Amino acid sequence: MSDATGPDQFTGATPDNAIRNAERSDGPMLAADGRPLKRSLARALRAQKMRALMLIAPLLVFILVTFIAPIVDMLFRSVENQIVSETLPRTVVALEEWDPSDVPDNATFAALAYDFMAAAERREHTRLGSRLNYETTGISSLFRQTGRSVDDVGEEYAEQFIALNAAWEEPETWATLMGAASWVEENSGEVEGAGTLFQLSPTARDAFPEAADAYRSFARTIQSEDDDSPMAEEPWNTVYLALYRDLSAGYATEYDGPMAELIAEAIPAVADFEGMTPREAFEAIDEEWMNLQIWGTIEAFSDPFTAGYFLTSVDLQLTPQGVEQQPEEQRIYRLLFWRTLFMSGVITISCILLAYPIAYLLSNLPTRSSNLLLILVLLPFWTSLLVRTSAWKVLLQQQGVINDILVWIGLVADDARLALINNQLGTIIAMTHILLPFMILPMFSVMKTIPPSYVRAAKSLGATNWTAFWRVYFPQSIPGIGAGCILVFILAIGYYITPELVGGRTGTFISNRIAFHISSSLNWGLAAALGSILLAVVLILYWLYDRIVGIDNVKLG
Amino acid sequence: MDTKLPPYATFGQRVWFYGFRVLCGLIFFFLIAPILIIIPLSFNAENFFTFTPGMLALDPEAYSLQHYEEFFGQTGNPWRGLLIGLVIGAVITVVLKLWKGNLNLFPILIGAILGVIVGKLWGLEGEEWMTPLRNSLAIAPVATMLSVGFGTLAAIGLSQTHVPFKGAIMAILISPMIVPLIISAAGMYFFYSRIGLQGTYWGVVLAHAALGIPFVIITVTATLVGFDRSLTRAAANLGANPVTTFFRIQMPLILPGVISGGLFAFITSFDEVVVVIFVGSAGQQTLPWQMFTGLREQISPVILAAATILVTISIILLTVVELLRRRSERLRGLSPS
Repeated sequence: MSDATGPDQFTGATPDNAIRNAERSDGPMLAADGRPLKRSLARALRAQKMRALMLIAPLLVFILVTFIAPIVDMLFRSVENQIVSETLPRTVVALEEWDPSDVPDNATFAALAYDFMAAAERREHTRLGSRLNYETTGISSLFRQTGRSVDDVGEEYAEQFIALNAAWEEPETWATLMGAASWVEENSGEVEGAGTLFQLSPTARDAFPEAADAYRSFARTIQSEDDDSPMAEEPWNTVYLALYRDLSAGYATEYDGPMAELIAEAIPAVADFEGMTPREAFEAIDEEWMNLQIWGTIEAFSDPFTAGYFLTSVDLQLTPQGVEQQPEEQRIYRLLFWRTLFMSGVITISCILLAYPIAYLLSNLPTRSSNLLLILVLLPFWTSLLVRTSAWKVLLQQQGVINDILVWIGLVADDARLALINNQLGTIIAMTHILLPFMILPMFSVMKTIPPSYVRAAKSLGATNWTAFWRVYFPQSIPGIGAGCILVFILAIGYYITPELVGGRTGTFISNRIAFHISSSLNWGLAAALGSILLAVVLILYWLYDRIVGIDNVKLG
Repeated sequence: MDTKLPPYATFGQRVWFYGFRVLCGLIFFFLIAPILIIIPLSFNAENFFTFTPGMLALDPEAYSLQHYEEFFGQTGNPWRGLLIGLVIGAVITVVLKLWKGNLNLFPILIGAILGVIVGKLWGLEGEEWMTPLRNSLAIAPVATMLSVGFGTLAAIGLSQTHVPFKGAIMAILISPMIVPLIISAAGMYFFYSRIGLQGTYWGVVLAHAALGIPFVIITVTATLVGFDRSLTRAAANLGANPVTTFFRIQMPLILPGVISGGLFAFITSFDEVVVVIFVGSAGQQTLPWQMFTGLREQISPVILAAATILVTISIILLTVVELLRRRSERLRGLSPS
């Protein structure tokens, strides 16, 4: 560029020089500053895109955090099922080898004892019990009963260990035996509160696999739950049971860590210990533990993810034998989905019937009068949903205005007033009224664009009024009907407030069931699964709406 | 259909013409009557939900304001509110006078009216209906400001000529309007309890702001469609920086759209029940929530008074939006495009 010559003698990026450059070289077309034009344009375009994105980014982040994340969380909750594997981790592992035709073996029951003891201490067993109770009734009370008695499991072994040597009663014996050397050093002596987080010694872990695991679970639980140090607390009976099982299984024969002489003394003695096996102990707590169905349920829901909530949402259930129908009296969700779709359909159809004449009238009147009448449509649209619902609640009551008028006219006897509310009829009337503006407005905006000359042409060619309407006008108004239908239907199937207030028992929708599961029955997973199905239906309809009408054509007021 | 019946119309045509109008009249009656009928019912002197014989006979004894008194309570102090409102209004007037140079007494009037209302409301303690109303008035404006602030910026970004992934972004931003409220409420309840926002004021405000955003996006992008870009170029050409251009040129022109989007966002938050029931706790009980509880448990005629007040508010808002729409069309009609 510096070698540019010409009559004006300017150097650098001038339009003239650019043209000259471009003419001289055979390369790509250059911009004024000498760069290839293509790249300059691309850079300008990129800058423009960046600026647009920068403007959108804050809102996008806001919506992603406040709205999209909750929806994703709900979808996740509909399949999440970590409660079983978190509360009963050892049992879940032990059950992997279980033969479903027989009650699990002693090792599984021992694992259950360790898990249950920790869960009962953390008060998590009741939560798990109510979760599994959704699948098999009776588990909740079984778990509560077991939670009360599980600290007796292994008591005989504890007594026999202590009878053998009183040192087994001392918390410090256990802490020194199981704790890592550095942890024992830090926490010996007078310790305030829980001390530092318990660390297991590797030698103990190798020598007594079950007892070390049970002791660590004990130590960490009392540290976090009761703010006590393992140095000052005698272990649970289940830890003695675990040590008995380890020693009688022949572990620790070559143990030479701390307290080696105590272990050496105990190894020959355990052969003479007497007591219930873990399985007998649980049978003594509750016979139900011998019930294969209970174990089948625990096993079936031990995966961290489950399709169980979705199956329940369509009246199926997951049993040890596979997917089955729910018992007859518990099948409610298919009926509820069907009712939601059916009533939304009825509401949509009544909206079409009522909206079509209005939209037709509005689009054929002169602008001045149609604008005035449009206010009558927009006022309900702008009025609070609760105001409209309360109006209907007041009007439709047995002692309400409508029944009063009917009695006054003489259509209905005073002692046979119509039941207009707390049933499907109430929901349909109130929701048709509430959603009617959403049908009228799209229809009106389509009908306004239909030229009246088409109908006139049809009539002048000899069509009757009806033919002209049905063959010429109506087909052109179908896009408006379609748009209004999908809009009303989408809004209707997700309605909650109006069915809740005027629907009674038979006029409620799936949304009411979702709300019930969130706030009353606390079965959040099922609520999330029902919500996910509803969301999928709405998104499909919305996709259709986008295909037919286009999202950009959404207009307000 | 023609607007007037031609003189040569046959009998059938006449029947059809009048029949159709009667039908439309009935449908309009169905649309509007339920809303209007609660207004006289709210003045009922007795705890009935129907017209008493006295009301039908237009007996003044049968009408009363007792439900409104119950709604507002009687102990508020409007005079102190009036005084504060007048002072604030006067300050704003003086500031405006110094800034723009013309004397405008409007703020004093608005300040006085707002002051009476606020003084009345805030003077009351623990009233069944005033606390929810106060909560509503504390939540809706903040949520509206959030929606309008973020939404306007994003709408300007979306109206640029080259926006990557425009379809996907638009779908995400509009989604709070599409997803049924019960699903939004469920998801927010789960997620906000995880992050500790459930049952807090800010949880409700954020949720309501998210619900209001689609309305702001739609109205503001609609206004921007007719925006003449040469105006901003001219401003830049005359030496204005982008910020000045935005506030002095673009903002005044799109302001009607922004305000009506804000009104939509406000009414969304002010009317919203489902999400606030789940995301809020007793401390955030709003007016619609109180109405919902009242309707579900034991229905009392005070609800009709509350409903009448809300209908009045919505009539006012409808008028404002309609005026703004006309103003916007006039403004855009002036600019060559």
